[in-house]
Amino acid sequence: MISNQFKILKIDLSSGKGTYEFIEGRDAFAGGSGLAALLFNLYGHTDRPWDDPDQPLIFTIGPLTGYFPLMSKTVCAFKSPYHNQYAESHGGGRSALALRFADVDGLVITGQANRLSCLSISSSHFQVKEAHYMKGMDVFRTGRMLRHMFGNSGHRSILRIGPAGERGAPTACINVDTYRHFGRLGGGGVMGSKNLKAIVIIGDKVFDLPTGDSYGKLYQTVYRKMTATEIMHKYHDIGTPVNVASLNEVMSLPIRNLKQTTDPEMAGITGERFASDALLRNHACSGCPVGCIHVGYVRERFAKENRYFYLQVSYDHEPVFAVGSMLGITNCFSVLGIIDAVEKVGLDVMSAGVCLAWATEATEKGLISEKETLVPLGFGDASTYRQAVHHLGVGTNDFYRVLSQGINEAVKHFGGSDFSCVLGQEMAGYATGEVFFVSQALGFRHSHLDSAGYSYDQKTTEKDVDRAVEFLVQDEKGRVLLTSMVSCLFARNVYTDEVVSDCLKSLGYNGLAVKLESVALNIQQLRWRLRFASGFNPDDVIISKRFGEVTTVKGPIDMFYLDALKKEYGKRIKAMALAAPP
Amino acid sequence: MMCCKLYQGYFMKILTTPRMDRCIGCHSCSLACARLVHRRLSWDTAGIRIASSGGLSTGFEARTCLACDPAPCVKACPTGAYTQRKGGGVVVKISLCNRCGACARACPVDAIFLDNTGQPFVCIHCGRCISFCPHACLEMGDVAAQPMEKGEEEVNL
Repeated sequence: MISNQFKILKIDLSSGKGTYEFIEGRDAFAGGSGLAALLFNLYGHTDRPWDDPDQPLIFTIGPLTGYFPLMSKTVCAFKSPYHNQYAESHGGGRSALALRFADVDGLVITGQANRLSCLSISSSHFQVKEAHYMKGMDVFRTGRMLRHMFGNSGHRSILRIGPAGERGAPTACINVDTYRHFGRLGGGGVMGSKNLKAIVIIGDKVFDLPTGDSYGKLYQTVYRKMTATEIMHKYHDIGTPVNVASLNEVMSLPIRNLKQTTDPEMAGITGERFASDALLRNHACSGCPVGCIHVGYVRERFAKENRYFYLQVSYDHEPVFAVGSMLGITNCFSVLGIIDAVEKVGLDVMSAGVCLAWATEATEKGLISEKETLVPLGFGDASTYRQAVHHLGVGTNDFYRVLSQGINEAVKHFGGSDFSCVLGQEMAGYATGEVFFVSQALGFRHSHLDSAGYSYDQKTTEKDVDRAVEFLVQDEKGRVLLTSMVSCLFARNVYTDEVVSDCLKSLGYNGLAVKLESVALNIQQLRWRLRFASGFNPDDVIISKRFGEVTTVKGPIDMFYLDALKKEYGKRIKAMALAAPP
Repeated sequence: MMCCKLYQGYFMKILTTPRMDRCIGCHSCSLACARLVHRRLSWDTAGIRIASSGGLSTGFEARTCLACDPAPCVKACPTGAYTQRKGGGVVVKISLCNRCGACARACPVDAIFLDNTGQPFVCIHCGRCISFCPHACLEMGDVAAQPMEKGEEEVNL
């Protein structure tokens, strides 16, 4: 609904009740990231632990969700089990449009269900249903079961967790509609802490569109830019794994726990190789004609006779790096097999892969042995990694339970900090240089999508600290605006500030449309305020020795430059957190 | 009024879905129909609706009017709101509809959506959704002659 008030469904799992609340603030917080921060400010507790039942699990959409193409993402916010600080994770699938058509701008889920439960909502339905029989069930089986339990196929979104989330693992993700995820910083663990196995969002409401021609004409213009120009070609064609070959070429692909950044053997897992050998088909998030979701297949023989089954596995650059190059796996089908194992237990694939890469090197160095790992970890051994992923997800023993809290936690028990590939959380798939390492380590989501540090590294040779930090701060602000609308960041070259402003005006959000710059800054500052209030201190962030050992095509990493960037970026972030609210 | 002179250029043609194997589930067709024909934001109140054919791993199917002739929905309509469209499909005069839902119950392929007031939404075979499909899954055609597979070059995006 087009409204200057936010319509929020606040759910208390302890009582099984929900209430609608109407909150002012569209012109100051927009939606998405801004609304999530506003809601955490209202309902969250920066001073209490992440698993306090009163802590909210928040899902928000934005003013443009569903009204324009690629406005197809949902923001999930929570206090993270990974670092016990305020965090965001973004996901797509059908979640954004389902929320739009469920007629809410946001969900705030508090409390804790007595037993494992499923929440289902629509514009005219609310239910918290006990689901103890799903305990320990993998993500895919859970999805299949939920599809039969609830109607509205095609016009609903199913969010669920696997065994990793149920036990509150900080590296557990929330699976969205099989092929998408709220992946990072432990959203799955938060759902688990609330005894919430799944959320089914049924989108059944219909809205009138603005009168006049301007909305329809603008929609057409934006749609054509998305589909009839080259802007989105990368995502439509090979998809994000196109990065594997190019990063490998410029010595920036993390390989074998970042011991290497290039290796000719990575030819076996490039986006082009996936496309030619393993790509089965494409999928799209609802409201996105680009269809960047690449689904590959693996055929596996399970009997001496000719008996096979097949898996359908979505892949992107990040999973391919995390359980491919990082683990020394050089066959695309083997990569898909490991991703499938990660999906089933409901882990964040980046954390899972990078954790196992650390464990492999820790094994090589004798810090741990098969006594801990249960299986003989070795770079390149795909079948062993599939078993290890299962152990990591279900938490088979103390070692895997500790490792599933992240490498930093494992290092406290077993050592190995020098080769820990952690940048705030387990690293993303870019070893491009100093600016990216600092941007992920200090960035708000500890994500490669916080700002384009990876791109800056590749385009710039100069070592100008002020210029680089200014780029990170401004780029973050631009992205915060888009994640408050909520746009897919792949559409950032289409959704310029001017286009966003026009889109908002066409829907009647005139107040918001004319002050995007100040709104973005407001949201950026509020997010950092919440982050600092919940314990973040950039000075505490450690970038391990391993990152200093990296050599890219530009040469060895300059640790003096990296330290200067880290210091200055930390200072700028602090200043944003301390800025007085408008 | 769900059918008007504007669409008479397509008089003998119907909307067909010959290449649903290519569908990526983006809902652009449904959203376009709701937006352009019915002036609404919806993935329900549209003449074409997309659902998985048994979970996302099994691909997608389109629920849209197959242009029956004679159409069971016409026979079922007790108030004369539904009449047979020449060339297949139906013409619906909403002013004559009493919202009984008999049309939707009579449709053998679940092509008619009833909103929460009972108003029926069914494809009028205008073809305005076609240009929004990024993979050319949809096409105007004759009832009897279903189009053959297209080549790669005809993908829109």
